[in-house]
Amino acid sequence: MYTAPFEYRRADTVDQAVKWLQDDPDNSKILAGGHSLLPLMKLVLAQPPVLIDIGRIQALKGVRSEGDHLEIGSYTTYQELVKSPEVDAFCPLLALSAKTVGDVQVRNRGTIGGSLCHADPQADMPAAMLALDATLVIEGPQGTRTEPYDGFLMAPFITNLGAGDILTGLRIPKLPQGAHCVYLKRPHPASGYPLVGLAIWMTFEGQRIGNCHVGVSGIADLPFRARHLEDFLKGRVLDDKTIKEAGPLAGDEASWEKDEYKENLLKVYVMRALSQLGELAAAKGQNAKS
Amino acid sequence: MAFHRIPVTLTINGQKIVRDVEPRTLLVHFLRDELNLTGTHVGCDTSQCGACTILLDNQAVKSCTVLAVQADGSDILTVEGLEQEYLHPVQEAFREKHGLQCGFCTPGAIMLGAYLVNHNEPLTEEGIREQLDGLLCRCTGYENIVRSIQRAYEIMNERQNVQSQTAKGVG
Repeated sequence: MYTAPFEYRRADTVDQAVKWLQDDPDNSKILAGGHSLLPLMKLVLAQPPVLIDIGRIQALKGVRSEGDHLEIGSYTTYQELVKSPEVDAFCPLLALSAKTVGDVQVRNRGTIGGSLCHADPQADMPAAMLALDATLVIEGPQGTRTEPYDGFLMAPFITNLGAGDILTGLRIPKLPQGAHCVYLKRPHPASGYPLVGLAIWMTFEGQRIGNCHVGVSGIADLPFRARHLEDFLKGRVLDDKTIKEAGPLAGDEASWEKDEYKENLLKVYVMRALSQLGELAAAKGQNAKS
Repeated sequence: MAFHRIPVTLTINGQKIVRDVEPRTLLVHFLRDELNLTGTHVGCDTSQCGACTILLDNQAVKSCTVLAVQADGSDILTVEGLEQEYLHPVQEAFREKHGLQCGFCTPGAIMLGAYLVNHNEPLTEEGIREQLDGLLCRCTGYENIVRSIQRAYEIMNERQNVQSQTAKGVG
C-alpha cells in the first residue's frame, strides 16, 4: 500500500526540525517512529505534504535519571522504556504500561512521543502519564517550555501543541520509595487497545494507604485522573470493604455518554486493580487485612 | 507534486545497497520490488500480521510500517540473509519441528524467532507465546512455531557448546 506522495526531510537537530516546521506549519507533519502516522497515511486518512523525520536526532533518544525525575526523550521507543534500568528503578509503572502496547515489533519502533502527540484517547500510555504527573518538554517558536501532560489532550486526536511546536521530551517525577504499581487493562480482542486501562501507584503508611494516583484511559472521551477515587482511598485500609466502595468512584469523573456496560467495566477493573495492589502490599506486610 | 527521489544507502544481508527511492516507498516494497528479495511477505499491510517482520539494526520490526528512507544507513537482515555456513538455529528448528504449514507467515515467524533467540535468555513457553503476539498464522499452526522456537534455543546452546569444546581442543 502506498501513501499519497510527500516531501521528505530528515532533521539532524531539534533546531532544524523546529525551523522547517515553522516555515510551513500547515503542510508539515513530524515523523517519529511512524507507527501511528504511517498507518493513517496508508489509509489516506492523513496526507501531509511534508514529513519532517526526527528519527536521527540523538538528543531525543533515551532515558536519563536527573535528580528527582526521569528525563525521557520523545523518540524513545516503548521497548527502550520496557528495558530501561532507570524506568525499572524509579518509574516501573511506565514499563508496566509500555509492555502492553501492540506487540514486540511495534514496541521496537513506536515511540512514546509519537504516541502522545497522535493523541488517541484509546491508547495505553496516557493513563500512566496522568498517574505519574508527567510534564512535557516542548520546543517551539518562543523557545523551550514545559507544561503538564494533564490537559494536553483537547479532544480525541487533538493536542494543544501549537503549529510550530515539537514535543522533545518528558519529565517524570520518580515515585516515592516502596510505591506499588499496577497497570491493568481490558484489551479489545481485535485491536489490543484498552477498552479500559488503569494505571495506579500507591504508597502505604503503616497499614493505611498513604498516597495514590489513578490514571484512566480508553473508556471515556479522553483519558483522565480519577481524583475522587484517589481522595477516597487515602488514609484507608485497603480491605474488601474499601475496594467495594471505591469501585464506582472512578466513573464519577469520567466524561462519557452514560453506558451501563462501560460503568460496570470500569467499576470491575478498579476493584481488580485495587485487589492486585492489596496483594502486592500484603506481600510486603503493609496490608495485613487484605 | 514532484515525485522526487532520495538516495539511500543500506546494508542488506551484509551487502551494501545504494539506490534512489521515492519517499513513500515502504521498506517491504523496497526489499521485494527493488531488490527482488521476495522472501519477506506482505500479509495485511496494516502492521498487524507480522509476515513482513525483518531485523532493522538487530530489532524485529514490521517492514510494512517503515519507510525505506527512514531505514537509510541501517543494517537490515531478511530471511534470505539468515543462513550462514549452516542454517540459522531457528531455520534448523523450524525444519525439525515442522514449524510451518502453508509457509506464508514463515519468513516473519523465523525473523521474529531469530530476534528472540538473539536477544533473550530462553523464554518459557508462555513467554514465547506472548512474544508471538505480533505474528498471525492463518493456518493456526502456533503449536509447532512455539516448539520450533523452544528447539532453536537448544540448537543455539548445542552449537555454542561444540564451539567452546573445539576451542578447548576437546572432541
